[in-house]
Amino acid sequence: MGRKLLLEHVNVPGIETLEVYKKMGGYTAAEKAIKTMQPDDITEEVKKSGLRGRGGAGFPAGMKWSFIDKKSEKPRYLVCNADESEPGTFKDRYLMEKIPHALVEGMLVSSYALGAKTAYIYIRGEYFYVLRILEKAIAEAYAAGLLGKNIFGTDYSLDLHVQIGGGAYICGEETALLESLEGKRGNPRMKPPFPAISGLYASPTVVNNVETIAAVPHIINISGDEYAKIGVGRSTGTKLISASGHINKPGTYEIELGLTVEEFIYSDEYCGGIKDGRKIKAMIAGGSSVPILPAHLITKTANGEDRLMTYESLSDGGFVSGTMLGSGGLVIMDETACIVRHTWTLARFYHHESCGQCSPCREGTGWMEKVLHRIEHGHGTMKDIDLLVDIAKKIEGNTICPLGDASAWPIASAIRHFREEFEYHILNPEKVKDPKHFAHEPFVGSNVQNA
Amino acid sequence: MAKVTIDGVEMEVPDGTTILNAARSVGGDIVPPAMCYYSKLEGSGGKCRTCLVKVSQGSTNDPRPMPKLVPSCRTTVMDGMVVENITSPEVLEARKGVVEFLLINHPLDCPVCDQAGECDLQNLGYKHGAAATRYEEERRTYKKIDIGDKIKLHMDRCILCYRCTYVADQIADGDRCHGIINRGDHAEISTYIEKAIDSDFSGNMIDVCPVGALTDKTARFGSRVWFTKPMDAHRDCENPKCSGKVVVWEKGEDILRVTGRKDAYHEVEEFICNTCRFEKKKVSDWVIEGPRHINNKSVISANHYEHLKDIKEDIVKYQKQIATNINKA
Repeated sequence: MGRKLLLEHVNVPGIETLEVYKKMGGYTAAEKAIKTMQPDDITEEVKKSGLRGRGGAGFPAGMKWSFIDKKSEKPRYLVCNADESEPGTFKDRYLMEKIPHALVEGMLVSSYALGAKTAYIYIRGEYFYVLRILEKAIAEAYAAGLLGKNIFGTDYSLDLHVQIGGGAYICGEETALLESLEGKRGNPRMKPPFPAISGLYASPTVVNNVETIAAVPHIINISGDEYAKIGVGRSTGTKLISASGHINKPGTYEIELGLTVEEFIYSDEYCGGIKDGRKIKAMIAGGSSVPILPAHLITKTANGEDRLMTYESLSDGGFVSGTMLGSGGLVIMDETACIVRHTWTLARFYHHESCGQCSPCREGTGWMEKVLHRIEHGHGTMKDIDLLVDIAKKIEGNTICPLGDASAWPIASAIRHFREEFEYHILNPEKVKDPKHFAHEPFVGSNVQNA
Repeated sequence: MAKVTIDGVEMEVPDGTTILNAARSVGGDIVPPAMCYYSKLEGSGGKCRTCLVKVSQGSTNDPRPMPKLVPSCRTTVMDGMVVENITSPEVLEARKGVVEFLLINHPLDCPVCDQAGECDLQNLGYKHGAAATRYEEERRTYKKIDIGDKIKLHMDRCILCYRCTYVADQIADGDRCHGIINRGDHAEISTYIEKAIDSDFSGNMIDVCPVGALTDKTARFGSRVWFTKPMDAHRDCENPKCSGKVVVWEKGEDILRVTGRKDAYHEVEEFICNTCRFEKKKVSDWVIEGPRHINNKSVISANHYEHLKDIKEDIVKYQKQIATNINKA
């Protein structure tokens, strides 16, 4: 049984209310921080904890905070990125829906640490009902004097606003999010300048994921050093994983980083194994953007070591035989899943969500989608496979924001690991006409056989 | 001041200069091509990715190379920076990719396009593009919309460089009615309400457009540009914001087209008003200064008309020679 921090009290009835949340020890961290600690001490504590950004990139949170421009005379802002739009990820929704005060308290402590007088939660349009839950929690906090003027009788004041987005994937990119928050078209900005220097309304801004912010009060409660003891190496603390796909128990789980992938997928405490006793074929470890892993690389790395749920172990072997922890959106596919269809679905998504600002992404995502559509529907040629690899290579790293990379990685990795399945589609156009072509007659490539 | 090396050429430029402008200050082959950056429009650049370069040394203080290719139009130089442009195969490969991306949905209707001959995309394609396309699908098309009686929008040709939206915003008195709608590869330039462009300086959108997406309705299909003579000309313009310094494009005794004066990088020196551009089409409206030297590399940069006198003398000389030869025979 792993240690739980974020979801420790998730099953307590009424935890969404301030009363029960406080009874369970809520807002003690905020009180301790604001009454007894200096803002810089909190940043120092977060640095010690080794907490890394939970939104996908895994950048150390304390470091990000320390980049904020302290010399600027402009107001500072904290923005919470609740635009959880990565396919396969639904951890932030679960957390906000169940324990909204965890985020509100996190915002309070983090804003105090950064010296922000105004903070925003930017939530995606599809989470409309979550917005209502958050609004209710914020209203409760205001009424109890936990937000607003002179919090805990000190001279610190904070205004917290929730802003709903229109539901675009690109608005989860931090600079596009800021543009959208300012009321503009959600196009990512050119970096530098980074938001820590010139972010929201051209003022110093920190943008953090919901889970990152919600982890801060726990760090204050148990101290940074204690938090750093959880986990392995540079992957410290607990992480929420959204598990979905062909598993017996899909859902959001809190794990201690360092758990083995094998235990996570097969133990009854977590995913509970593969559905209907079928064979596992592929895994996406951290949301749809990260490279897909074939069966033989899921529980073991290329060196034969156990693969752990950590930033380092999952990316072991680079993109040749590894992937990324990303946002923690874990998707399992069994032998009945079609990798080509899956890749096409993702390509369609990225094509639809590209903002259209820079040419490689705007034109390349559409092109890749069309080629994949051709292959999936039995009209492809062998040349198309290499064409896809080449297009992906020309998008990767050449775009303004990471959406270009996110669209290229899944395709490049699917071809790298499942080339024979792509070839099967090209050589057997009759067999792939049925959209569920592998459901009745599973396709077992050498990757599954060897596993 | 910062010392920068681009493709082995050393230069010293003021702090805060971008790599592209540093390269332009020297000129020649080391200048990366730019399709969306326009030095006179604030906020432009970074979008087309044709100007990507490799920074193999960040600065003297931090000599690490930059992990990815960077857009030279938006990256400022650091002292001791070493940049590779045409000397880096990686850059050329990426640029070839960008050109391909820009062309897959471009109609390639150069034979009927007014921009042909002075088109940035054409020049870019000749220099960095591949000989054939790998794109087999149908090209993207748009429903035609009318954005006014002077400017023709041909959206199929657009490469979405956003320059015209900056003109609408910054030059044409905050003409915010012209912008981008939709996103991704179905994004398009539009005016929301048809025929809504109404500003004295809106015509400059035509000059900044790197392709034939925005063309001059008063000069459409008048002539191929290489059959017209570019002449520097000026007039006392009533509009205080307009310098009245233009290039008139003559064919015979007629002025077919009036544009701003463009420099070696196809950027206008000064923005001109719509009266000068669209309404003054008689030779008597202008004081003609002489042939315009076209610096930017394109079909029209042969500058034939600049040397008309020399050519005439040559022809007369050869005619005489031939005549003497015939007489001798």
